[in-house]
Amino acid sequence: MSAVTEQRTETSRDVPAGTRGRAFLSLFKALGRGWIRDRSQIFFTILLPLMFMVLLASVFGSGDTAASRIVAVGDVAVLDGADPDEFTVESASDLDAALAMLREGDADAAVVQDGSTVRIYPSATNSTSGAIASGRLSSLVDDVNLEVLSAAAPDVPVLATDVEEADGGALQPIQYLAPGILAWGVAISGVFGAAGTIVDWKRDKLMRRLRLTPASVGTFLGAKISVNLVVAVVQTAVFLAVAAVGFGLRLSAWTWFAVPLVLLGTFAFLAIGVVIGGIAQTSPAAAGLSNLVTMPMAFVSGAFYPLALSPQWVQWLSYASPMRYLNEALQSVVVYGESPAAVLPQIGFLAAFAVLVALVSWKTFKFDEL
Amino acid sequence: MDAAIEVADLRKTYRGRRTGEVRAVDGVSFRVERGEFFGILGPNGAGKTTTLEIVEGLRKPDSGDVRLLGRSPWPHSPELTRRLGVQLQASAFFEFLTVAEQIGTFAELYGAAKARAAEMLDLVGLAEHANMRCEKLSGGQQQRLSIACALVGDPELVFLDEPTAALDPQARRNLWDLMRAINDEGRTVVLTTHYMEEAEALCDRVAIMDAGRIKAVDSPAGFVRKLDAPTRVTVAAGQLDDARIAELALDGTASTADGTVVFETRDPRKLLTALASDGALEGLAVRTANLEDVFLHVTGREWRG
Ligand SMILES: Nc1ncnc2c1ncn2[C@@H]1O[C@H](COP(=O)(O)OP(=O)(O)O)[C@@H](O)[C@H]1O
Ligand SMILES: [Mg+2]
Repeated sequence: MSAVTEQRTETSRDVPAGTRGRAFLSLFKALGRGWIRDRSQIFFTILLPLMFMVLLASVFGSGDTAASRIVAVGDVAVLDGADPDEFTVESASDLDAALAMLREGDADAAVVQDGSTVRIYPSATNSTSGAIASGRLSSLVDDVNLEVLSAAAPDVPVLATDVEEADGGALQPIQYLAPGILAWGVAISGVFGAAGTIVDWKRDKLMRRLRLTPASVGTFLGAKISVNLVVAVVQTAVFLAVAAVGFGLRLSAWTWFAVPLVLLGTFAFLAIGVVIGGIAQTSPAAAGLSNLVTMPMAFVSGAFYPLALSPQWVQWLSYASPMRYLNEALQSVVVYGESPAAVLPQIGFLAAFAVLVALVSWKTFKFDEL
Repeated sequence: MDAAIEVADLRKTYRGRRTGEVRAVDGVSFRVERGEFFGILGPNGAGKTTTLEIVEGLRKPDSGDVRLLGRSPWPHSPELTRRLGVQLQASAFFEFLTVAEQIGTFAELYGAAKARAAEMLDLVGLAEHANMRCEKLSGGQQQRLSIACALVGDPELVFLDEPTAALDPQARRNLWDLMRAINDEGRTVVLTTHYMEEAEALCDRVAIMDAGRIKAVDSPAGFVRKLDAPTRVTVAAGQLDDARIAELALDGTASTADGTVVFETRDPRKLLTALASDGALEGLAVRTANLEDVFLHVTGREWRG
């Protein structure tokens, strides 16, 4: 027995004060390392939102800045004075050939000039750029008329228009897309992350094993949540940086306040994920359920499409989506440069939502399954 | 000094929607002394894991009392868990970590020195795999890492839940040596298993468990002795005539089947000497009673572990 005692003192396990802090740090390190090495996590939280931004920015952003592609059938005199920044002109031998080009999406509008009548055929294939092209052609015709009239009657005053962009150009598509996509990115990494983690714990029993170490469950959960919060902040920083540098997003002086907003949102989305993880038994089930929840939530949140342009029922439903509040708050603070005081209602709703869902997850969760 | 474990009248019923009520643990009591190697032997579904989880403090029993090193395992206390080492039935690891990082994390959680982690990897023979990802380890290597993690905090009391299940025979023997060494260092070891030979080879005392109850507790030798079963001696038929068989079977029984003659005797030495002098040792097999016979005797049904 004495040999045993000696051996015990050799490998002494006297534990200094602050063990809780040390346990937290080692758990944080272990879980953080695991996160960084999991390629699917990096994809979902960092790359997927960036891919969405590229995709949506090119869908919503191209039509109104690029020059309209016009097919002139025969001789179209009015196009002689066209600004090459606004129009690129091709010619076609007859109308049928021109219409075929419209169908293929190779042109935005076809034009035939028949004496004093300019006939415009906007593209139906790409109706937005078709409408833009036809609007530009109309104003080109107006300009030509104005010149002719002014030359004929130089004493008659005429009205002229000068277009200024609202918000100093802040409503470029990227300005409303970026906060929405960021809110969505934070939502999916929170929901999918938490649901997947819970299902993993059910399978690999890591949580049970850790409950039998001197570290408490609270320390472990704290470390796990901290990893997710750090991830959300990094995700936000990377996303906003890419949006600003690569896509011309103009960041306001209040942009830093996106951090507390994203952290608050992450709490709400993690709580949703915990509820899902409590119900699902397998990883595919967790992913499926997460989709089922985040898709409608994103759809009605105004994240990808302005709520003001959405049908009334979508606007009503949006009040139930936490993404709506995160999106609105991010937009106000990051894009419009409003102070945090202006988004207090959104913060209140998000916080209330987070607390409510956290309560639900606490009540419904079966710790026995872990 | 308190016993390492004292368990009184544990009961636990699972209520599932599909499975209905399962009485997994149905009035279990036992006591494990310090320094002892204690085994819980039973077929799958006997309730071994549930019992162990209740004793460890992972599950709350419906009723009954548990004392671990003199105190209740519930609620969680760092002072108690620091003295325990646990290997769960399924290996539980942090995802995407290497072997060294894995045990390093456990070492930190137990407040053990870094050197201790390396020492334990060495002990279980995983030192050369230190930089391998845990998910790449074979089943046996994962079990050994799991045991290393259980030992890294220098525990007084070690729980091992079927550590050798699904291992090949060689890996199983290696793990037996390791478990013996753990116990020889003075640690109390509680092992569950459904391998008879394992319980027989390792345990000071064995509790035979079936259908949620502990049927009997004794040392493997004590069980066999109490069973007082005859030794079975088998030789190929055709070497002895019927008269000689009857003569040799005088102090026991003899039967002929499938080209063999089977003697059951209380005096195997005398019988074997006689067979040797007759030169009738072809196809000889001697089988003394083992825990398998004990199980049959104790539970009234055939072993099908
Ligand atoms: N979480 C659970 N829910 C419902 N039934 C369970 C659960 N765990 C085990 N059981 C059932 O309880 C019984 C005992 O299981 P277990 O303790 O795992 O036995 P063993 O470890 O001896 O194989 C089995 O019938 C098993 O199906
Ligand atoms: Mg079991």
